[in-house]
Amino acid sequence: MIQAIGRRSISGIEAVGRFGHFLMDLGRALSDVGVWAQLLIGQMRRIGVDSLPVALFIAAFTGVVLALQASYTFTGAVPLYFVGTLVGKTMMLELGPVLTGLALAGRVGASMAAELGTMKVTEQVDALETLAYDPQSYLVVPRVLAATLMFPVIVSFAIATGIITGWLTSLALLDLSTPDFIKGLKLFYLFKDVWFGLLKSASFGFTIALVGCIVGLATRGGAEGVGRSTTRAVVFSAIFILVLDAFWAVVLL
Amino acid sequence: MIEFQDLHKAFDDKQVLQGLSLKIRDAETVVIIGYSGTGKSVALKHIVGLLHPDAGDVIVDGQAVSTLDRNGLTLLRRGIGYVFQFAALFDSMTVAENLQLGLRRRRLDEEEIQERVREALALVDLSGTGDRMPAELSGGMRKRVGIARAIALRPRYILYDEPTTGLDPVTSAVIDRLMVRTREHLRVTGVVVTHDMRSAYTVGDRIAMLYEGRVRQVGSVAEIQETEDPVVRQFIEGRPE
Repeated sequence: MIQAIGRRSISGIEAVGRFGHFLMDLGRALSDVGVWAQLLIGQMRRIGVDSLPVALFIAAFTGVVLALQASYTFTGAVPLYFVGTLVGKTMMLELGPVLTGLALAGRVGASMAAELGTMKVTEQVDALETLAYDPQSYLVVPRVLAATLMFPVIVSFAIATGIITGWLTSLALLDLSTPDFIKGLKLFYLFKDVWFGLLKSASFGFTIALVGCIVGLATRGGAEGVGRSTTRAVVFSAIFILVLDAFWAVVLL
Repeated sequence: MIEFQDLHKAFDDKQVLQGLSLKIRDAETVVIIGYSGTGKSVALKHIVGLLHPDAGDVIVDGQAVSTLDRNGLTLLRRGIGYVFQFAALFDSMTVAENLQLGLRRRRLDEEEIQERVREALALVDLSGTGDRMPAELSGGMRKRVGIARAIALRPRYILYDEPTTGLDPVTSAVIDRLMVRTREHLRVTGVVVTHDMRSAYTVGDRIAMLYEGRVRQVGSVAEIQETEDPVVRQFIEGRPE
């Protein structure tokens, strides 16, 4: 029992050490601009443009549901233009960043872990090193930077989509006029709502890409190992997103 | 010159290398033979710093590999070509792009890169395959692309990890001939890890048998063929007991 606790503690400390080491390597690799800069645009396109349909699809239905649930909750007690307030605030502060983050943890994080995991088990990462490339500069930096830069862009579109579908739902199903919806939207609006959501989404992008890369590059074994890494990347990313979500709420709100 | 100095390496509780010492002189090809799991590939990976020794070191051109920092390793690796067991081609790139990647790191001009790619593919008899993806190639062709990727760099050393494993006898003979041709054309120092004795006799100037983590015997092809060491004899004759 004590041995088991000791072993787990040591492996936990080792994992923290490995994570710190990985971050240091990542910082050092940032200076290798010549290598990562030419790969950055491609990764931004893969992460940003290719993820947009999923993010917009989720946001569109979230906006519809938010408007309907707000109206259901407010009936008789709160003026209906507060539907606009709830849709706007919730999309900007919480559901836009978090739902997009969770969806992209599955899409982006899993794909990074699977891609790098396959490269690892087929010795492509070793081959890269023997060709005098640093895998951190070539594989990790462009992915982490691209995710950090593109997540706020994707989330911006998701927030806008959610608000638009919330507004259309209010017009079509709730007998709420456009001026009333906008009145509600503006009511408690603060610029902080926007940057808070975008800052959060940048931190989610950074975390998802970092977890995908760390887990992918630590892959062992063949196809089974790649499968394990993919699952692990999604689970860890989802956990970190929820923890970060709470962290930013405590620190910034 | 490459020199293994009392190299030790363990993975978890399994001691793989237990005092490997071996010198590889310039312009010779040394073949390292041994049973599966005796650490042949592990030894090879120490030469380019892909693995860090528990004790001992590998000295390449007077530099202890384990003491090199990232920049030192990068410079060392620029002089070494590595041919992986399963070729390790980048599967999202074409054959030509696989060859170009290492050359671009050396900041050569575009014309020279194209020339070297053409030359290397011609040397491995794969001219005209530059636009194909690795998935479209046979196992033997992939290995030849792996060799082309290494020789395009014009390295001082080429390391071959099980170059003929999994290939039919004719394709194996083609790869052997290619390794000999590469040595003759480029005058490179070679280290070949294999358990294919026919290949070892064809390409090696000397053969070293790795057994229980260290060199059991090293000698010329003739010396190994005539050895009286029972362990080496059993291995080279492929006798089960």
